[in-house]
Amino acid sequence: MQNHLKPFRVIISLFFLIVAALIFIDFREVFSESFISGFLSLQFGPSVIRFIHIAGITLFGFIFILLITLLFGRVYCSTICPLGIFQDVVSWISKKVRRRMRPYRYALPKNLLRYSLLGLTIIFLLFGSILLMNLLDPYSNFGRFVTYFVRPVAAWINNTLAGTLSSMGVYTLYRVSFPSIQWEIMVFPALMLGLVIWLSYRYGRLYCNTVCPVGTLLGFLSKFSIFRIAIENSGCTNCARCERICKSSCIDFKTNEIDFSRCVGCMNCLNICPENAIKYYFKGRPVPVAVTESEPVEQSGAPDNTKRSFLIVMAASLLGFNKFVSAAEQQGRRLRRRKNNGSNEVQMSRPSTIPENRQYPVSPPGSVSIEKFNKACTACGVCVTKCPGNVLQPSFLEYGLAGFMQPRMDYLSGFCNFDCTTCGEICPTGAIKPLTIEKKHVAQVGVAVFIMENCVVFIDHTDCGACSEHCPTKAVDMVPFTGGVTIPEVTENICIGCGACEYACPTEPYKAIYVEGNPVHVEADRPEHEELERPDTEEFPF
Amino acid sequence: MKRREFIRKSVGAGIVGSALSFAGYNKLFGAEMPDSGTPYDLVAVRGGEPEIMFDRAIEALGGMGNFVKSGQTVVLKPNMSWDVPPERAANTNPGLVKHIVKKCYEAGASQVYAFDNTCDNWIRSYRNSGVEEAVKEGGGRVLPGNTEDYYKDVKVEQGRRLTEAKVHELVLNSDVYINIPVLKHHSSSRITICLKNLMGIVWDRRFWHTNDLHQCIADFGTWERKPDLNIVDAYRVMMRNGPRGVSVDDVSEMKSLIASTDMVAADAAATRLFGLEPEEVGHIRIAHEMGVGNMKLDQLNISRITV
Repeated sequence: MQNHLKPFRVIISLFFLIVAALIFIDFREVFSESFISGFLSLQFGPSVIRFIHIAGITLFGFIFILLITLLFGRVYCSTICPLGIFQDVVSWISKKVRRRMRPYRYALPKNLLRYSLLGLTIIFLLFGSILLMNLLDPYSNFGRFVTYFVRPVAAWINNTLAGTLSSMGVYTLYRVSFPSIQWEIMVFPALMLGLVIWLSYRYGRLYCNTVCPVGTLLGFLSKFSIFRIAIENSGCTNCARCERICKSSCIDFKTNEIDFSRCVGCMNCLNICPENAIKYYFKGRPVPVAVTESEPVEQSGAPDNTKRSFLIVMAASLLGFNKFVSAAEQQGRRLRRRKNNGSNEVQMSRPSTIPENRQYPVSPPGSVSIEKFNKACTACGVCVTKCPGNVLQPSFLEYGLAGFMQPRMDYLSGFCNFDCTTCGEICPTGAIKPLTIEKKHVAQVGVAVFIMENCVVFIDHTDCGACSEHCPTKAVDMVPFTGGVTIPEVTENICIGCGACEYACPTEPYKAIYVEGNPVHVEADRPEHEELERPDTEEFPF
Repeated sequence: MKRREFIRKSVGAGIVGSALSFAGYNKLFGAEMPDSGTPYDLVAVRGGEPEIMFDRAIEALGGMGNFVKSGQTVVLKPNMSWDVPPERAANTNPGLVKHIVKKCYEAGASQVYAFDNTCDNWIRSYRNSGVEEAVKEGGGRVLPGNTEDYYKDVKVEQGRRLTEAKVHELVLNSDVYINIPVLKHHSSSRITICLKNLMGIVWDRRFWHTNDLHQCIADFGTWERKPDLNIVDAYRVMMRNGPRGVSVDDVSEMKSLIASTDMVAADAAATRLFGLEPEEVGHIRIAHEMGVGNMKLDQLNISRITV
């Protein structure tokens, strides 16, 4: 009767998994901002954060999820949550590879662990820190996996194909390039990915029932769901097939009980039951109370080990952060690679000598202030993958631990496109608020600082002007210098800190112009100009 | 929508393209300079729409058939480096580009390509400059120039500071190479016309900026594969805040066009239109001295046409 539910769930889940992954992989701007925004609004974690920070303009995705949960339990975890569906894929592979007769068995809930992590996440949020939410939110973890590990592979495949085709004169595909993410940032996502794959390969949805705060919250709520999956005692023959197929290890065939708080609503048990005894029931009822005597349930030790090793991994990765602080500083140098015309041995400009004295990192336009941004971003990376200028890059500890992995404006990687508002339009948490193009044009995220002693014009007395060339407001303009050449000058009140000047500046190892971040963003003045003197074109001047 | 269309069309065109296939770099040295059969070194036109001015100019130069022969592949190098709309005049006039694409096909071109190594994001620059659409409407194709792999090493034998460069393979592979700059103010090089527009066919421009920009621009002008034809778009001219411009207030409608096979001569004439003397612009003066072309307008045979 309810046999169609599982295939229905599989179809929906594949849709959500594939589209979510493609959104992060897409480097050809196939998906529009409004589609991405709408699609991601159903992700529970970001939607809650968005509600907290910009209630006025939020899309109430999480309320929809709450209602669904109150109706049918945690079906979110099996249909919409990309990390959950990803785990199902791993479990499915595991099933095919390991061919075990009894893939899963009932286990007691890890209540202490799961409620502690949920509680801590909530307490952190109440005290204004998004760190735990950032580290544990399933959608954001999934986003990072794709951004950090899948997207580069997809780009590599694309570029290999594009290269082969273009050598044959076919330009259907084009190569893409984006900066590689520094390895220190990838350590945590890599550990998380390892943990998720290992747990789902061995224990199905154990991650969702121990680590995931969203799973725990929805699980708690599903205790009150109107429709719940339950076993009809009279029909049950105690064949245990349901228990063996339950990825959440929440069906105890000995007691005929289902711990619905851990049930992710995959509905596999509905179809496996030869007696059709497992169904969605109103309030989990018309089922007579179980008559079997309660036997002590034997527990395998493995899940406890899981818990322990997970905590160790978490502790290690958290404590390990401090060791990498200096590595973050070295990062700046790494990008200032001396990459000119390869073997070009002619005279080179002398190297610049004065290091940039950066006080603040630069947060994206629309983030209002570094403080607000750090409190609202779960570092899912969707803006990083969609930024056309490649300027948004995950940070390491530039914002401090509170902003771990959150994107910053990295002007060694790119610069902010003047007429682009993409990041604010797609940000699912509201950490980057949407800006109209008029507001964007005056959103001052930082101000250019000129170091004359590093400048080509000062050192070599030759024209350069790369910074001014790229400046969209001419806040960086060229003014007369000695010997007929021109040198940059910054008009701070019309500078918006887009970083085009810093990106374009060719000096090495230090830039002659860089953007100092505004801890609180301000509104820049619009550039003003006198009436243009129009040349007389009545006659040919030659 | 447009990109999907691009993908769909280029799949189709790709199959044809692979059949026609580039035949290596052999065209590089075999490229014939046009047998002009015209007494004019330079044609200057003013007072009309870009398409009409182009037709008058090319007529004075002996017709399109002087430059494009039947079956040849053509690469156009317009300026489409900036993510700004056509009325801001930061990029070459799309109407002019479309018209030139059509004229190339009318002259028998087998395929017409256009590309640029853009300053802003290339997808948005191609799209918002209006040039991508113009090329497609004319029947041509725009190709990417966004990664280093598309660029091949060449020697600049006579270069003083710039002795080698990485040049887009399209320029190396095509039979005919047409330079279509827009005349603009430029904060780095004072002015950008033909010589400066060629910075858009090379990969690493930072080297140029750190090694005497004007000298490097002139050096690259000496490279043996020079444009077969230069068409300077001076219909709308950005008079200040170049090369990107800040607003439409920077733009003056000049309704002019210059055509020449000599980049230096075309640059000299366009510089005068702009209101500067060619000697005042470092790279034009140096290119003249290095023999890239002739900036002495009084020594040239110029056709002046008012539409």
